[in-house]
This record gives sequence, structure tokens and C-alpha cells, in this order.
Amino acid sequence: MSGSILINGLFIFMLAGFIGFEVIRRVSPLLHTPLMSLTNALDAIAVVGAIVLVGEHKSTLSAVLGTIAVVAATSNIVGGFIITDRMLKMFKSSRPAAKS
Amino acid sequence: MNEFAGNQTIIEVIYLLASALFILSLKWMSSPTTARHGVWAGELGMLLAIGGTLLHHGIVDYQWIAVALVLGTIIGIPLGRVQMTAVPQRTALSHAFGALCVTLVGTAEFYLRTPDISRFMMAVLSMEVILGSLTFTGSLMAAGKLQEVLPQRPLTYKGQNFVNFLLLGIAVVIAVYLVLHPEEKQLYPFMLLIALTFGVLLVIPIGGADMPTVISLLNAYAGLSAAAMGFVLNNRLLIVAGALDGSSGLILSVIMSKAMNRSFTNVLFGAFGQVQATAAGAQEAKTVKSATAEEAAAILSAANKVVVIPGYGMAVAQAQHKVRELYDALTKRGVDVRFAIHPVAGRMPGHMNVLLAEADIPYDRLMDMDDINGDFPQTDVALVIGANDVTNPAARTDSSSPIYGMPILDVDKAHTVMVIKRGMSPGFAGIDNPLYYLDNNLMLFGDAKAFVGSIVRELTGAGGHV
Repeated sequence: MSGSILINGLFIFMLAGFIGFEVIRRVSPLLHTPLMSLTNALDAIAVVGAIVLVGEHKSTLSAVLGTIAVVAATSNIVGGFIITDRMLKMFKSSRPAAKS
Repeated sequence: MNEFAGNQTIIEVIYLLASALFILSLKWMSSPTTARHGVWAGELGMLLAIGGTLLHHGIVDYQWIAVALVLGTIIGIPLGRVQMTAVPQRTALSHAFGALCVTLVGTAEFYLRTPDISRFMMAVLSMEVILGSLTFTGSLMAAGKLQEVLPQRPLTYKGQNFVNFLLLGIAVVIAVYLVLHPEEKQLYPFMLLIALTFGVLLVIPIGGADMPTVISLLNAYAGLSAAAMGFVLNNRLLIVAGALDGSSGLILSVIMSKAMNRSFTNVLFGAFGQVQATAAGAQEAKTVKSATAEEAAAILSAANKVVVIPGYGMAVAQAQHKVRELYDALTKRGVDVRFAIHPVAGRMPGHMNVLLAEADIPYDRLMDMDDINGDFPQTDVALVIGANDVTNPAARTDSSSPIYGMPILDVDKAHTVMVIKRGMSPGFAGIDNPLYYLDNNLMLFGDAKAFVGSIVRELTGAGGHV
């Protein structure tokens, strides 16, 4: 692995960290619970790494571990999005003006 | 070869799109009016990313991918349909699943690549696996405590912190050795096992009231381990998602520990609660005033401004729907009812907001601590339902109190304070609350759900006799 890949990754990590900080700082405390379940679902994007591991089937061990990893991450994706949407649907304003 | 390279470019472009959608998704979470768009953006990004990954040229076996995706969906659906009161333990469990995925992928990559692995890669991989496995077991412990399968009180023993630091130290030493000698793969399982054990021991001494901070911290670890995995796989989308999740967890941890006036290290290494057990005995001589549901209803209906302070006790008693009935009954009489939410009320960030929203209480009635604290002197009645330490005035006045300096809701400044509580036992932190002995305080002894129910009956049954 060359150093440029490392630097490349660190740049992306730093920029995404700053964006995350600025964006999430603006999230209302009202929505901190759905925020956590949403970031959890997004974090399960790790599933892409696991999918490649299973698909490439380089060794039995990697395929087995990868399969369990895909199951775990997929359950986070599905469960995380469902519950986040369920929670957000419950938040209603007393001013019905915004509603169509 | 050309075709492969073409595929790879398409995948990278799809990942770029998905990264943008993830950032938008979090941006839209800033307000309840746009938040659901955020979920849709996240879902779209996720679908694109998974679809794009399936184009990966190295994939030869689609069968197991399909089986795993279906199985994960089958497990995920019930996890998305749990009751709102179970959201804290569900969240802890999903941190565990996320960390499990990262740990397994890291482990598989190690055995595939060793001994042909660069020092940098091995260092990042060790970080991924250590963070992932301690988050996995730590989150399982947190979920167990929240589900009350495990005791919620802190479990402590002498030399606990020493043992914990020692374990983490050994794991790091093994990691460093593996960085220098990646061919010594027999050491890898030890590193994994020690990190798994460390996760258990890290969360065991943490009490229920500290859960909001711990869940946030585990969230940050899960994000950081996913970002480390992004470095190992040279996957930029993963680095972005991990950094976003990591910064979210970190921000929430900072908010939570500020709201408790404690540092991370204090939450993680200083189980509190035992200190005050003796001091409580000396306070018994003080008297408290109590009131019945009928008296409470009369006071509430005579008020102009009422602020309700919900706490974990409301969640335990499942009283949120009765609280909604109380809100309706009082609003109908022209009383202005608002809710004061302390950042650490409940068991995770935003826990109370979700429960009250579930009970259909409009979110613009839910106020943050900073927004409502100035209003308490003009408040006729502050009704505390199942909250304790977050209303304790000793945090402002008594420098010997373990919670001294913690920002609290200034309910004692309201004209009348009413506290619904089962008995005089101290809260989770085990600290006596001088609020209960104040002249303007009335204790309403009973179960939160039952007591609010009887107040509502008094208010609605008595009709317009006030």
C-alpha cells in the first residue's frame, strides 16, 4: 500500500469528520434518538465490505465470517430505517399550517 | 481488464452519490419538518451502494450474499418494530450488530492477507478490530442492562480500573507486535479475546443513569471502527459513513457528559452512587408535604402556566399516554402546558421526546433545558413525573453533593412544585433531593401512570365546577 492512498483516506476522513460535526451540531435535541438510529443504519454501510468478502469467496473462513457480517449489518440497515421513520412520523406540530 | 476497470469506475461514482445522500440525510435531520426526507435519502443512498457493490468484478458467488441479505432483513424487521419504550436497548443492540460486522470483516481480512500485510494496514486493522470487538461486547452489556436482563446498578470491585487498563494495554501491545510481525498470526485471537473481555468489563461498572453517555460513546466507537475498516478496504464511502457516525456519537457524548457535569473518564471509570448511602439517613427528620389527586387537580386547574418534567420513571410506568390525557384536559381549560426535557432524562439522548411524541404531544410543546429554565419563576406549577436528579437543587447550592455543578431544571423556582413519586427512596444516583423538603413542594405518592390517571379523572369528571 502506498502512502498516497493513506493520505487520500485521511483527507476524506478529516473532511467528512468536519462535515459531520457541523451538520450534526444543528440537529435539534428533540431528534437525538432518531438521529442515533439513523446514523446507526448509515453506519451499517459496512455491509458493502462484507458483501465483497462473501462474493469473492477466497477462503471458507472469510466466506463464513462475511456471511454473518452481512446478516448483522443488513438487520441494522432494515431495522434502523424502519424505526427511524416510525419515530419521525410521530413528531407532530400543534400548528397544522405546515401540513398539506 | 478494461471491462473490470469500467465497472470499478461505475462503483466509485455510485459510492460518491451515496456519500452525498448520506450527508444530505443527516442535514435534513436538523428539523422535524424535513427529517423524514433524511430517512429517504439515507435509504436511497444505501440501496445504490449495495446495488453498486454487487457489480464488483471479484464477486463470483451471489447465492450466499442473497441468503445473508434475506436473513438480515428477516431479523431487521422485528428490530424496527419494537415498542418505543424499548428503543434504548434496541439502539444498544444495533451498535453491537454494527460492531460485530466490522470485527468479523476485519478478522477475515487479517487471515486472508497475513503475512503479506503492510505495517500501516495492520495498525489500522488492529484499531478496527479492537474498537469493534470492545464495542460489540460493551453494547451487548448495555443492552442487557437496559432490558434489565442484567442488573442496572453499577457492579464494582477493588482495582477495577487497574484491571481494565491492564487489559487494554495488553491488547495494544499485541497489536503493536502484530504490526511489526504480521506473520505471528497465532497472537491475533488473543488480541480479539482481550478486547472482547475489555468491552464487558468497561460497561459492567456503569449505572443506569449514565446510559445516555455510554450509548453515545459506543455509537462513536462503532463509527470510528467502521471508518478504520474503510481504510483497510480502501473504501471511501465507508470512511465517510464512519466519520459521520463517529462525529455524531462524539457530539452526543459531549452533550450528555456536559449535561451531567462529568468528563468521559469520570463516566467510564468512576461508578457513582455508593457515596451518599450514609448521608441519606441523617435527613429523615425533615418533613415533606403530600397531597391527594383531588388537591393536585384543583391546583393544576387553577394554574395559568404548567410545566411538566418527565423522567425515566415516566418511561418505566409507561405513563406517557396518561400524561397526554392530562395535557388535553388542562389545555381544554385554557392552561398553558409545556414539557421541560433535560438532556439526560431517560436512558438515551432524546428518549423523553420520542415517548411524548408517541403519545401525540406536539413537539413544539417540548422544551430544552436552556430554553425553559428562565421561565420557571413565572410558572405556576412544575409537575415532576418520574424525574429526580435532574431537578435536584443541591446541584446548584451544595458543593459537597456528588452532582454539584450539574446543570438542572430549576423547578424549585416555580410557585408550586408537585412531584409524583412512589416513595421517598433516592434516585438512581442514590442522592437525597432537598427539593422534596421545600415549602412550595408537594409530594404526590403513587405510581406515575395511576396517579396521573386519577388527576385526569378529577379534572374531567368534576366538569366545570372550578
